Amino acid sequence: MNNNYLDFEQPIAELEAKIEALRYTSEDSDINISAEIKRLQTKSNKLTESVFASLTPWQISQLARHPRRPFTLDYIQRIFTDFQELHGDRLFADDPAIVGGLARLWGRAVIVIGHQKGRDTREKVERNFGMPRPEGYRKALRLMQMAERFELPVVTMIDTPGAYPGVGAEERGQSEAIARNLYTMAKLRTPIISAVIGEGGSGGALAIGVCDRLLMLQYATYSVISPEGCASILWKSAEKADVAAEAMGITATRLKRLGFVDEIVPEPLGGAHRNVNTMAEALGQALVRAVEELSAISVENLVAKRTARLMQYGKFEEK
Amino acid sequence: MSWFDKLLPPKIKSRAAKKSIPEGLWKKCPACGAVLYSAEIQSNLDVCPKCDHHMRVSARRRLDIFLDAEPRREIGANLWPVDVLKFKDSRRYRERLSEAQKSNGEQDALVVMQGQLKGIPIVAGAFEFQFMGGSMGSVVGERFVRGVNACIEQDIPLVCFTASGGARMQEALFSLMQMAKTSAALTRLSDRGVPFISVLTDPTMGGVSASFAMLGDVIVAEPKALIGFAGPRVIEQTVRETLPEGFQRAEFLLKHGAIDMIIDRRDMREQIASLLTMLTNKRTAPVTVQAQLSGTAVIPPLSN
Repeated sequence: MNNNYLDFEQPIAELEAKIEALRYTSEDSDINISAEIKRLQTKSNKLTESVFASLTPWQISQLARHPRRPFTLDYIQRIFTDFQELHGDRLFADDPAIVGGLARLWGRAVIVIGHQKGRDTREKVERNFGMPRPEGYRKALRLMQMAERFELPVVTMIDTPGAYPGVGAEERGQSEAIARNLYTMAKLRTPIISAVIGEGGSGGALAIGVCDRLLMLQYATYSVISPEGCASILWKSAEKADVAAEAMGITATRLKRLGFVDEIVPEPLGGAHRNVNTMAEALGQALVRAVEELSAISVENLVAKRTARLMQYGKFEEK
Repeated sequence: MSWFDKLLPPKIKSRAAKKSIPEGLWKKCPACGAVLYSAEIQSNLDVCPKCDHHMRVSARRRLDIFLDAEPRREIGANLWPVDVLKFKDSRRYRERLSEAQKSNGEQDALVVMQGQLKGIPIVAGAFEFQFMGGSMGSVVGERFVRGVNACIEQDIPLVCFTASGGARMQEALFSLMQMAKTSAALTRLSDRGVPFISVLTDPTMGGVSASFAMLGDVIVAEPKALIGFAGPRVIEQTVRETLPEGFQRAEFLLKHGAIDMIIDRRDMREQIASLLTMLTNKRTAPVTVQAQLSGTAVIPPLSN
């Protein structure tokens, strides 16, 4: 069993391993087995297509946190140029769970901000598994206000299990930090485009996610609480996470139907991690389109539209 | 003990003993355990006369003891929650709603009322913690926003008493977005220079604390109220250590600079009225001192 693959990816992984092995033998033998490789490759693609055609919300939420899933910096590297990372909240510390800075998006200067998870164990710990503390949100706030001052669009990438539940985070006002961002983003006088690239974990995600345009990758998730958290509260067992994932409607398609998501960015066959460059290309194009469209709107109009967008959230009956 | 009592099996005995105390006449303080006369607690605004423990109160009672008796007009009373997602865990959301509605007499977890505080026209909101843990869903968000709108239209202050576990899971992303919606509404209030006083009562957690509750121009808490983003149990599981004494209590937040002050429930009307009269006395307006509010009747003459 390969830990880099999820359980439903295992048959695909086995097939791919076979192809790799064949390739390896064909290199130092005279027998031409390229036809066989080609056949297996087609079979692998077919298999991937069929597995991915009917993913459950729980499987999608596992894909959203796939160990090999591209993170914010992977996209920044591929989509943006001249990235100048800016650090610190000027109050307490620099939080590595949120990265941000100046960059060019196809030539246009922007402020880009995103949650950042770690790849190996050391980096995971350093990035605190992508769970920001108040200083992370306050750094993001500082950068957004800078964007407003210099009339630069803001691009945010969302990928967090949630805001960090720790003693220090509470002492330094985790609630206030999140609330302040919601408040400031609601009236920020510059376009904000957010893309959920992996996990959209509750308030910790929303704190950099109040926006004019919400993009969501095909296998990303966005929810008020993690499926495990919801299951352990409402079903009294974290093992019911699959049922909770279904009930909460956390997938891109469901959230688009409910009117939260403006655009779903399709992922390459097998998910973003199977072809990071293709994914980056698609996300880059979607971001550029959004930035160009929104930059053409007057700031007054933009903020009015954002307010209207925020005010229409909610479903209730009026009797 | 009489010979008859000795004959009775213990179960019957205890039941008979309980019956002799008329129900609801006595109440035990959950903090110090003192057995108190209900009427006495009530006249003390549900604060234990022995240990000053602030007991949780319903939304209606909260507004009743805070606002002047007249006039009162409820805002958003015609709003009812709906189950958009057809959410079902061990029970249907619909069932949970109608059960909560029956047992509380409330339609949802926030009650908003326009009225007066010591003659000052205000809008006041109060959370009903007994209604699904005071959780914030679409109706809570909309009622809050309508309260804000009423304040903007009439240029009157907003006071909100929170008591909530956070966002309502059964409304999923709709409830998460109420955090953004309520916070956005407050930007319009502050743009117009209308004050918002947020009063955090036990408990104020999660999505409610991480949105409008922490955005008050003045943030007040009741003594010992539990206030925070993550629940203490979640934190304990994450950091795997016991939490410090008094962690996430009002006094802890005051010490860490997260709130402005702690006000005893019995002083709430006086203190908030005093804050509001000052916050609404703009420098371009004539000096207004409502001496009866603060008790300091002596006004030093202004010298040139």
